[in-house]
Amino acid sequence: MVTDVSWLRWIVIFPALGTLFHVFVGGRAKGAVKLVGPGVLLAAFAVAVAAAMRVHGMEEGGALRDALYTWIVAGPLRVEAAFRVDALSMVMTLIVTGIGFLIHVYSVGYMHDDPGFARFFAYLNLFITAMLILVLADNLLLLFVGWEGVGLCSYLLIGFWYQDEKNAIAGKKAFLVNRVGDAGFLLGLFCLVAYTGTLEIQAIEHQHLDTLRTAMLGGWPVAVVIGLLLFVGATGKSAQIPLYVWLPDAMAGPTPVSALIHAATMVTAGVYMMTRLHFVYEVAPAALAVVAWVGAATALGAAIIGVAQTDIKKVLAYSTVSQLGYMVLGIGVGVAPAAIFHVVTHAFFKGLLFLGAGSVIHAMGGEQDMRKMGGLHAHLPTTFATMLIGTLAIAGVPPLAGFFSKDEIVWGAFAGPHAQPILGIVAYAAAFLTAFYMGRMLFMTFFGTCRASHEVQHHLHESPSSMTTPLIVLAILSVFGGFLPIPHLVETVVGHHAEEGAPYSMLLLATGIAVGGLVLAWVLYVRQPELPGLFAEDFGQFYQLVFDKFRVDELYDAVIVGPLFALADFIAFRFDPGVVDGAVNGTGFVVAETSSIWRRAQTGNVQHYALSFLLGALALVWYLARS
Amino acid sequence: MGATPTSWYLVLSAILFAIGAAGVLVRRNLIVIFMAIELCLNAVNLTFVALARSLGSVDGQVIVFFVMTVAAAEAAVGLAIIIALVRTRETTNADEVATLRW
Amino acid sequence: MNPVAFLVLAALTIAAALTVVLHRNPVHSALGLVSTLFLLSVQFVGLDAEMVAVLQIIVYAGAVVVLFLFVIMLLNLQIEVRRTGGPVLVGVAGSAAVALAALIVRSVAGRPATGAVEVPAGFGSATALGERLFTAYLVPFELTSLLLLVAVIGAVVLAKKKA
Repeated sequence: MVTDVSWLRWIVIFPALGTLFHVFVGGRAKGAVKLVGPGVLLAAFAVAVAAAMRVHGMEEGGALRDALYTWIVAGPLRVEAAFRVDALSMVMTLIVTGIGFLIHVYSVGYMHDDPGFARFFAYLNLFITAMLILVLADNLLLLFVGWEGVGLCSYLLIGFWYQDEKNAIAGKKAFLVNRVGDAGFLLGLFCLVAYTGTLEIQAIEHQHLDTLRTAMLGGWPVAVVIGLLLFVGATGKSAQIPLYVWLPDAMAGPTPVSALIHAATMVTAGVYMMTRLHFVYEVAPAALAVVAWVGAATALGAAIIGVAQTDIKKVLAYSTVSQLGYMVLGIGVGVAPAAIFHVVTHAFFKGLLFLGAGSVIHAMGGEQDMRKMGGLHAHLPTTFATMLIGTLAIAGVPPLAGFFSKDEIVWGAFAGPHAQPILGIVAYAAAFLTAFYMGRMLFMTFFGTCRASHEVQHHLHESPSSMTTPLIVLAILSVFGGFLPIPHLVETVVGHHAEEGAPYSMLLLATGIAVGGLVLAWVLYVRQPELPGLFAEDFGQFYQLVFDKFRVDELYDAVIVGPLFALADFIAFRFDPGVVDGAVNGTGFVVAETSSIWRRAQTGNVQHYALSFLLGALALVWYLARS
Repeated sequence: MGATPTSWYLVLSAILFAIGAAGVLVRRNLIVIFMAIELCLNAVNLTFVALARSLGSVDGQVIVFFVMTVAAAEAAVGLAIIIALVRTRETTNADEVATLRW
Repeated sequence: MNPVAFLVLAALTIAAALTVVLHRNPVHSALGLVSTLFLLSVQFVGLDAEMVAVLQIIVYAGAVVVLFLFVIMLLNLQIEVRRTGGPVLVGVAGSAAVALAALIVRSVAGRPATGAVEVPAGFGSATALGERLFTAYLVPFELTSLLLLVAVIGAVVLAKKKA
């Protein structure tokens, strides 16, 4: 079932070569960068397609494997660096390289005038390299290399315009919060090695599952512990409660970055990882319950916050957090194929929405506040049309992509292997809010009278084709993507779960919720725009709380960051100068003081010195005379 | 009459040495200090000669020969230093030449 | 040597030594030194070290002490007002010296008294001394001559008046 080949590595090598090119040559060859940047992605995509077709031709459950070399041999632990393409990683690889290619093309236009043009593509290529390593890895340690790599690139790209300190701070925040998640991930890996002695994914699945199921650690089955620890890593990378706080701040980066990393690919790494390790979670239902609840809470909580945001990118950021919550919920109730399906469709329409927002921001000369937009559909027709499609898709209007994937997850909540019906209701509530705030975004931006200054209005123009073409492609995918047989493909890896399809009543309900949300938004933001203001006043305090994103960041600051800084201050300014320097200086001081006492023996009087001689000689003679 | 025991010579030598040492430490006048040093050296000479006799080896006397030579050289140089010192400081009091101090 | 003679000589020697150390007048101290050296020379003769005894007279008493006297005269030293350092110093130094003597005496006295060993004729003569000096102790001998050269030059340089 597993065929060994030696060309899968090219999927990763092409973007890596691109990185090197951009680092060393890119600065002097802007024209070449425009070709090489997207070009290597296209090459990687081509290899990925070839691999996909090969796997597709194999029987169900078949895979291609490219063993690069033996990386670590340390006692009983053996780590092979190897890439594996099966149905699951094939889907992810195609998304990463395909959407990645579109976004690279978009960036050629979007970042055209930026002085860091080559640097941007270097970082982007590096990111793609790391993400592909993550997705293709056959060994958890290699996966972690990619995991860390995408975290690094996220930091580099969020803080791309580092001259503005805010951006650097946002990048730092993303990196540090991810670090917390990574600590959990590492602990999970340690446990795995301790109990199974290996990190090869296939080996764990086929040889060590019993150990994981039966061994106990701290009163819980090891599988549960490992599952939860790895999930901590996923909460960091995939922005779930409590480690989601970096993602809204990450909007400080250029919009293509938000589209690629914080919508389509990196943030889904957690979901992918948990799907890859589905077999661990299957023997740890307690962990799955936690996963499901966290996912649902995140989905609803982020949706609530998104309703009150005024920055167009922040709305999309919270929307991403919320949709990731959906995916995690899907994993938690046991319908991982549906979760991956949502990963794919979300990549389409969220990528589209971000790129479209970028187009809007580009046209508005950098403005991101929706309160200063309005009536743009006349000036930006292509952007408007594609974003309309994206909004309908994310709201879950059939037959666009979002409808299918969301629905499978919600159905899983009610009837999946680890169903939690109450969470299904939570999911519906979140779906309603999603439709509402996305509609709100659309209407505030494109409808009504333009609230921008005359200056800005004068400059409004549609974006160049390098930017609009990817929009159109993504729009097409958002419309038809729902018909891709993703869940079936993933099931060949994860296992079939015999379940009937959702009843039509559910499908109808879902449609009604989606449409209802959009209609409400229409009413509040197009027909009677004065109403939202009144609502905000009525709900005064609650509204402020939501607008302030429930003040979670402030809570973290007070409870974690503040004390840490206080401790650091104490150590740096009190402990270090006082104790450490004090010990060193004190030693010197003691020596100096003692010697200033002893030096008084140097009277200058030779006879005193001679006396010392005599006393010394006396002691010597006495000692010799004893024997 | 029998010969005097060697130990008597050694006792005498010890006493002379102690007297010389005390003189070095106690007197203020630089010249007298020097003379006390010579006294110490002579006490040692006596020790060597006595032991040479008691062991029957001439080597002890050879050593005395060398001691004398060196003592003479040392006296010459030391007195030259004193002359130079007195010329600059106009004093031979040990207390007033205590500059090698902290 | 006859023990009685030895004791008499010893007493005289100690008295002379005390004169050196205790007398106010430096010239008297010098005279005391000469006496000590003479008396010691006599002791040397009693110990069959004739050559050394003669050398003692010639070199020590005849040259070194004369040098001392020259310097005393040259510098026109006065009788000093304060003879010794403070009482503390006297106390400590005195006790240390006494302790040293006592220690040595105690360690020496414990030994059995050695009688006279038979020594060959010519023991302590110039021949015997010279024989040892120019064979086993040749190198120190030559080095000593170098030392004397250095001392002469040094003394001249140090005592010269600066031009």
